[in-house]
Amino acid sequence: MNPNFDDIGETIGAPLLENGSAKINCNDVNVFYDDKHAIRKVSVDIGKNEVTAFIGPSGCGKSTFLRCINRMNDTITSCRVTGEVNIDNINIYNNELDVVLLRARVGMVFQKPNPFPKSIYENVAYGPKIHGLAQNKAELDEIVYTSLEKAGLLEEVKDRINQPGTGLSGGQQQRLCIARAIAVHPEVILMDEPCSALDPIATAKIEELIDELKQNYTIIIVTHSMQQAARVSQRTAFFHLGYLVECDDTKRIFTTPDHKLTQDYITGRYG
Amino acid sequence: MIKNRLKRRYLFEKIFRFMGLSAVVTALAMLAILFLTIISNGYSAFKQTYIRLTVTLDEEVIDPDGARNPDTLSSANYSGIVKKTLRKIFPDVKSRRDKRELYSLVSQGASFQLRDIIMDNPDIIGETVTIWVPADDDIDMLFKGYIKRSTPENERRVSDKKIAWIDVLLNEGAIKKRFNSTFFTSGDSREPELAGIYGALKGSIYTMIVTLLLSFPLGVATAVYLEEFAPVNRFTDIIEVNINNLAAVPSIVFGLLGLTIFLSFFGLPRSAPVVGGLVLTLMTLPTVIIASRAALKSVPPSIREAALGVGASKMQSVLHHVLPLAMPGMLTGTIIGMARALGETAPLLMIGMVAFIVDIPKGFFDPSTVLPVQIYLWADSPERAFLERTSATIIVLLAFLIIMNALAVVLRKKFERRW
Repeated sequence: MNPNFDDIGETIGAPLLENGSAKINCNDVNVFYDDKHAIRKVSVDIGKNEVTAFIGPSGCGKSTFLRCINRMNDTITSCRVTGEVNIDNINIYNNELDVVLLRARVGMVFQKPNPFPKSIYENVAYGPKIHGLAQNKAELDEIVYTSLEKAGLLEEVKDRINQPGTGLSGGQQQRLCIARAIAVHPEVILMDEPCSALDPIATAKIEELIDELKQNYTIIIVTHSMQQAARVSQRTAFFHLGYLVECDDTKRIFTTPDHKLTQDYITGRYG
Repeated sequence: MIKNRLKRRYLFEKIFRFMGLSAVVTALAMLAILFLTIISNGYSAFKQTYIRLTVTLDEEVIDPDGARNPDTLSSANYSGIVKKTLRKIFPDVKSRRDKRELYSLVSQGASFQLRDIIMDNPDIIGETVTIWVPADDDIDMLFKGYIKRSTPENERRVSDKKIAWIDVLLNEGAIKKRFNSTFFTSGDSREPELAGIYGALKGSIYTMIVTLLLSFPLGVATAVYLEEFAPVNRFTDIIEVNINNLAAVPSIVFGLLGLTIFLSFFGLPRSAPVVGGLVLTLMTLPTVIIASRAALKSVPPSIREAALGVGASKMQSVLHHVLPLAMPGMLTGTIIGMARALGETAPLLMIGMVAFIVDIPKGFFDPSTVLPVQIYLWADSPERAFLERTSATIIVLLAFLIIMNALAVVLRKKFERRW
């Protein structure tokens, strides 16, 4: 076991932001799978209109923590969450909150591209349709085309918009999933290792896209690639064994990390 | 060393493949034998021997008062007319015994056929018409070669005299085999030449409709609830175990259940397709539920997550995404269940669908039988002519089954085409 394990406890760095600039505030979040304590007392702020990267070794709980933010963990029956996750100062774990509404505000892109087995158009149009965002076909078309445009996919698919989304390449499918997520006009986009199944060229495209999207959206990205975290994010949070070890500006984390574990991990000495 | 082992490994593989292949070949051979037997026994039932009669529709006999009163017309002595016609063909038959034998050349159905002609069109009374009437089943059997002329007369069901008359008719071209439309248009009868499967076929169709309409929605809804919504706890575990057990319950038990619940308690009509459908639904439901749950399980969870991720409710994610993807598997399960239900006899015996029913059922509440029960009934009959009809009914049942399965394949392909 790592000799520094006992040092974890209090998050070091700057997990909390100054008043006003945080979009999401997590306070004392604990997650349990049956008896397993997967996330331990994590408190962190996510800045508005910036990219926050979650890094850490496999099984450290970063994906679990990400899924707390749009309550995707609700679908796992053995999963229990305590603490507060505030988005715009409203706790999403209060009883009055409608989880469907929450997921419309907090979109998600998954590790493996998972387009619906329908046409490209229907993939993007599905969200707006169920939320009633478009009054008529013209408005729906507008939403679909702008979303595809924003996801940088329109040029490539405009001639085959009624063909199956599953027929696209992996990178295109993932951008289709991003287009699908932004079609419902979310405020936050959660990305769970969005590039882990893609080749470097497709990855570069997605990273470019993330950079553009951050102007309008608050983005959290889970990644296993140090370079990716360094490239796309403004702030980085390092998780280990369910603890949030260190959280700070990305530059600081990758240049002068405070914690020995963080240093070891980003330099590749362990992980 | 490794090479030696490799040889043995390949040998083992070869033996295994050979065994697999021979198993398939044996199964196919058995199937071929089954089909050959059934078809060779049954194909002759699709033709029936008919005798041509030139009948004078004597007004004196049919309608003495000339009022064309339907009651008079329907109760007239038609069999007398048929007999008279036969006597006219063979004028030298004099003795009582010979006459009776002569009359038994044609089926009893001949007089009913005559009556139907008159009832349809009373204007032809007084004219002379030529009609083809079915021959008696023994004559039919003789004609088809099942009763051999070479057998000694005392062991043969058709006497030498009859054979002589038939030869006379044959010379005149007044007896021949024609397509047996009666088999497809009439209900059951004690006379093989008048018996048909239309009643049983309609009964089967009505029963299947009830079964399909109940078991498919119920089964799919149950599967969706158990798989997608129900909490995992001891109670749902018990339900699951019980559903699996139900699939293995002998079908006759469902018949007893139907007898007690649907007939005795709810007082539904006996022998009715609606009750048959209900009983077969009970029997089919576990199959449909198990297959549907397996189909739902095989839908990748990423699709559910994707739907939930864009803010679909649980219900929407199931209805819009999971269900369409699981539909082909569900249809397959339903068809397997329906195919079993179509061939089911035992539970239907318990609810009275085994009765001798001549009338064609006109709806879900009319008494009727179904094809497999009809097979069971005819297989019991002593007449030789029922043997071929039994096989012919099996052919029809198999055709029904094949059509149903083909329909399912087409439906499944249609759903699968949506990627």
